[in-house]
Amino acid sequence: MKERFIYIFLVAGIGFFVLGFIFQILGPVVFLRKIPMKRVAELVQEDSNGEFYKLAEDYPQEFAKAFGEPTPASYAEALRLGRDIYIAEACWHCHSQYVRPVANEPLRYGPVSVASEYQNELQMPHLFGTRRVGPDLIREAGVHSNDWHVAHFYDPPSVQPGSVMPSYRWFFAENGRPNKKGLAMATYVQWLGSWQRR
Amino acid sequence: MSTQRSLVDHRLVMAHLIAAVTFLLVVLMTGLLYSLQFLGRYPFPGIELFSPGRVRMVHTNAVAYGWLLNGLLAGVYWAGPRLSGRPLFSRRLAWLIFWALQTLVLAAAGGILGGYAQGIEWGETPLFVDPFIILGLVLIAANVLLPLLKEREEAPLYVSRWYFIGALVWIVMVYSMGNYIPQYFVPGAAGAAISGNFIHDLVGLLVTPLGWGLMYYFIPTIIRKPIWSHTLSLMGFWGLAFFYPMQGLHHFMWSPIPMHVQYSAVVATIGIEVVVTSVLANFFLTLRGRGDYLRTNYPIRWFYTGMVFYWITCFQCAIQGTLTVQKLIHFTDWVVGHAHLVMFGVFSFWIIGIITELWPKLTGREWSSQRLHGWAYWLCALGLALMFVDLTIAGVVQGFTWWGLNPFIDSVRFSMPFWWVRTLTGLMITAGILVFLYNLWRTALGKPAYFTERVTA
Repeated sequence: MKERFIYIFLVAGIGFFVLGFIFQILGPVVFLRKIPMKRVAELVQEDSNGEFYKLAEDYPQEFAKAFGEPTPASYAEALRLGRDIYIAEACWHCHSQYVRPVANEPLRYGPVSVASEYQNELQMPHLFGTRRVGPDLIREAGVHSNDWHVAHFYDPPSVQPGSVMPSYRWFFAENGRPNKKGLAMATYVQWLGSWQRR
Repeated sequence: MSTQRSLVDHRLVMAHLIAAVTFLLVVLMTGLLYSLQFLGRYPFPGIELFSPGRVRMVHTNAVAYGWLLNGLLAGVYWAGPRLSGRPLFSRRLAWLIFWALQTLVLAAAGGILGGYAQGIEWGETPLFVDPFIILGLVLIAANVLLPLLKEREEAPLYVSRWYFIGALVWIVMVYSMGNYIPQYFVPGAAGAAISGNFIHDLVGLLVTPLGWGLMYYFIPTIIRKPIWSHTLSLMGFWGLAFFYPMQGLHHFMWSPIPMHVQYSAVVATIGIEVVVTSVLANFFLTLRGRGDYLRTNYPIRWFYTGMVFYWITCFQCAIQGTLTVQKLIHFTDWVVGHAHLVMFGVFSFWIIGIITELWPKLTGREWSSQRLHGWAYWLCALGLALMFVDLTIAGVVQGFTWWGLNPFIDSVRFSMPFWWVRTLTGLMITAGILVFLYNLWRTALGKPAYFTERVTA
């Protein structure tokens, strides 16, 4: 019986997979279901004083060309674009986005991550990350200045000697000033953890 | 012989193997390229299309879909019909799937380099590729499994076929789950639970069962001896089917995913080690009395070396899958070493072994050089073992610099010697594979030899 097609198909193939799905996936989904899901519009409302608005002063011409006025709406647009580039460039393969309650991480990075911080549109798909070639980024907001980030994207070792991060020259215009991508990326990393500024 | 020819489409098997080794070259090139970034010697700095991050994703996805899937499918197309006595449902469909698969892998690689990667680990295949891959997986399952439905006889199925059935059914669900639910339906921590399971199941519910299914076929046919224990093989299969889908969360320990779900993953992770040991015991007892095959028969040598690595991998899993060890080694190169041990040391070794066994039968020519086989084997095995040890130590070093609150850049500085060794061992592996491919090439171009096919069940 256990060696017949239909038994293997139904019990091992479908049955055990569903069992695993219940324990490993429905479990977390059910436990976290009461945390409200936030849209990007809500996220930018919560960060009304974010570094994004400072970008408009730091790079006025480039900012105006890329996003027009510094408003919550343009903040949302920049955040979304920044998140998309973060995925396309696989930033998340070298930078994690959660602080664990172990290995002195709260001392290094700040408050331990909790599930509600991730219940939003920009964490769909989640960007927990898998490797820390570079540091965790979920408490990054305001740690460095906008200028630091822009210089860092252009040539990481210039501001962090010894860094092995690649340079992202396509975030910049011919004249070396950040383009729309560069501004969006600065917006995104400066937003990460803006709700938990130290 | 003639009946076996009509059972198995030799050209199809060969086409998949050629595609597999072609993508293996891509895998090696992208891996080496990416490792150079860590040494500050990346050859294409500042070029968007060859950004190291994108190259890394091509590396991992080419492993899964270009190299392993092609290689394992070749094995299934060879062994499946021989075991059932029936050809595939449709040969034309199989060829269609072949061309579609290669097109999709290339499209995925192009999409990733072009900046359309999806943010799912090991599922970075762009969103426009995913529906076609799912369709392809359904068609593969139908093509291989539909002939089984016609079987009326009461004889139980051989163990290899349990694994084939399981794998082909699981992968459709695994792929759809991993690529769509976290992308569109479930955010954050719960989404991470799904993608953790996706990474895990892509190994555990596709590559592993197909790999073991093929081992259960090739090893008894090569050493001409039945598998030692039917009961142990039953235990191995059902243990895998039960435990594997229960542990994907161990990829995100200490994360905001609810802790009690993480605990359950730890238990299943340790549980599967028992199952793995039973399977390996079965295979090593099967080899009893045929030990000289390890010296004289290259396929058997690749297979059993892979099994030793498999046991190390799984033993490592049971240890590193605990919350205690995760504190130190998560996010470090330890995990990278583990991944290379599994994907190269086990499944790639098995596929190389399968190619070594099948290539003379497919081409009708004897291997042009046995010495080159030795070179390929030792370069790959030593290269991989060194890489694994190197990355494991690197991981511990990195973990302690973080724990010790050194400036972050210390973990990069201290890793530098390990990263150099990593690149050099990568070169060793590449050299080994190139030797193997040269042998493959020379054999295919050589004179057809008088050749009798071994009786294969």
